[in-house]
Amino acid sequence: MIIGYRNMKRIKHQTTVLACCILAVIFFFPIFWMVLTSFKTELQAIQFPPVLFFEPTLENFSIINENSDYTKHALNSIITSLGATALAIIIAVPSAYSMAFFPGRYTKDILLWMLSTKMLPAVAVLMPIYLLAQWSNLLDTRIVLIFILAMMNLPIIMWLLFAYFKEIPKEILEASRMDGASTMEEIRYVVLPLAWGGIASAALLSIVLCWNEAFWTILLTAADAGTLTALVASYSMPEGLFWAKLSAASTLACAPIVVFGWFAQKQLVQGLTFGAVK
Amino acid sequence: MKINIHKILQAPSIILLLLWMIVPLGMTLYFSFQRYHLLYPERSGFAGLSNYDFFLTDPALGVSVLNTLTLVGGVIVISVILGLGISLLLQEAFRGRGIIRILLISPFFIMPTVNALMWKNMFMNPAYGLFAYISEIFGLPVVNWLAELPLLSIIIMLSWQWTPFALLIFMTSLQSMDQEQIEAAEIEGAGFWAKFRYLTLPHLGRAIGVVVMIQAIFHLGVFAEIYVTTGGGPGHDSTNTTWLIFKQALLAFDVGVASAGGVFAIIVANIIAFFLIKTVAKGMGK
Repeated sequence: MIIGYRNMKRIKHQTTVLACCILAVIFFFPIFWMVLTSFKTELQAIQFPPVLFFEPTLENFSIINENSDYTKHALNSIITSLGATALAIIIAVPSAYSMAFFPGRYTKDILLWMLSTKMLPAVAVLMPIYLLAQWSNLLDTRIVLIFILAMMNLPIIMWLLFAYFKEIPKEILEASRMDGASTMEEIRYVVLPLAWGGIASAALLSIVLCWNEAFWTILLTAADAGTLTALVASYSMPEGLFWAKLSAASTLACAPIVVFGWFAQKQLVQGLTFGAVK
Repeated sequence: MKINIHKILQAPSIILLLLWMIVPLGMTLYFSFQRYHLLYPERSGFAGLSNYDFFLTDPALGVSVLNTLTLVGGVIVISVILGLGISLLLQEAFRGRGIIRILLISPFFIMPTVNALMWKNMFMNPAYGLFAYISEIFGLPVVNWLAELPLLSIIIMLSWQWTPFALLIFMTSLQSMDQEQIEAAEIEGAGFWAKFRYLTLPHLGRAIGVVVMIQAIFHLGVFAEIYVTTGGGPGHDSTNTTWLIFKQALLAFDVGVASAGGVFAIIVANIIAFFLIKTVAKGMGK
């Protein structure tokens, strides 16, 4: 029997859908399993063969909650991510505005140079940064993390804002200038409202990158300024001992940013590709 | 007058980034020619090229460079191929596609430390990991992943995290593809491969370039995954250049040698960046 074109198409459609579902399950499975493990007892967590059905317990979460360390680390993550993002945005907006609307001879080169600082391997400047932080008594403080994270994200934010500001028609600015607006008023009342989407997507991207940054946050912090990445890293030493608690901590550490990412995915793509891919 | 105001507006970002780059870089360069050991502060002074000599003759160096390249290359190849394949599958419209997409991109937002610990405990642990369980079901020998195949293990972890990234970018790029062009090609009788080769791939050229470049920047400095799992071992099997330098600096306390390594890392990163930008620029030139 000959399978009709229509049937063929339907089979193809169903196979594709099935393949997508299987892939989604595979990719999401580790996260699912981690969340599942966070509701197990330590014994169930390392039970072999692994258990899928069990009486869920909230014990891990309450232990981690009682442990004031978690709150402190979470707070550090929030403060450093938001702080670094705010700092970088505040520095970048005026610069990007000026470069986009009043480009000089070297503007393109300056932007390229800024991006090239991202190519500098962090480990190459580990010792100087570490020693500078030590000499200025800023080791293990949120201030030094905020500054470093801001500098790491500044080039990306500059590029993004530059690309967004470029899309604002110059005529609008000229009109506002005719009305006698000063430069600061122009930024405040004309550029900012128009580029709000771009600034938001730059900020979202920066927050995700800061939240998950795991070089400086691990190496420059200890008890005081440790972020969630550092907290999770500190669990790596006693092999598997606290797997259920570690899962609970990880779930709490990742949930905010994963949910955040779900809502912001479109903006993040624009951010990551400097709007080059639309 | 106008010009001055723009100098003032641009100054903070340029000056801060310049300081952020020049000061540590200068210090690294300076330290690399100094005897500077945190445990023996009395040994100081000009060291000539001895730090470089020590770092460059370290037998672990060749291994670590090779590991770095394997790591970067492996993850990029896997994530681009998987990302391409999945993004093409997701072109098909069906109910619930939004949820499927959200599930697929979630790994990208997981912290590197969580990612690595999760794989280490959940899958790769030889005693209670799921891989061990699966091996047992099929009667295969249990593999102690992190001890026997440390580099591959880390490549798997990173690919799991970064395939969603490639996917996210490719999906976005595919949305802007000219549907009429595709339909025209179909009417002309173009099969899947012809459409892929002559329409999809050229359209994605720029997106692929972006994915490769961003991943190269991130993977050259892979740190957290190694830090919480293998610690660069066993031996030097999963040591990349970042880890090698880190070990000199914070575990061996030798700032001089670590700085020489840092200068080396900068040179390597620049060489790779140079070739990357050249290739990517070629790819985007179409």
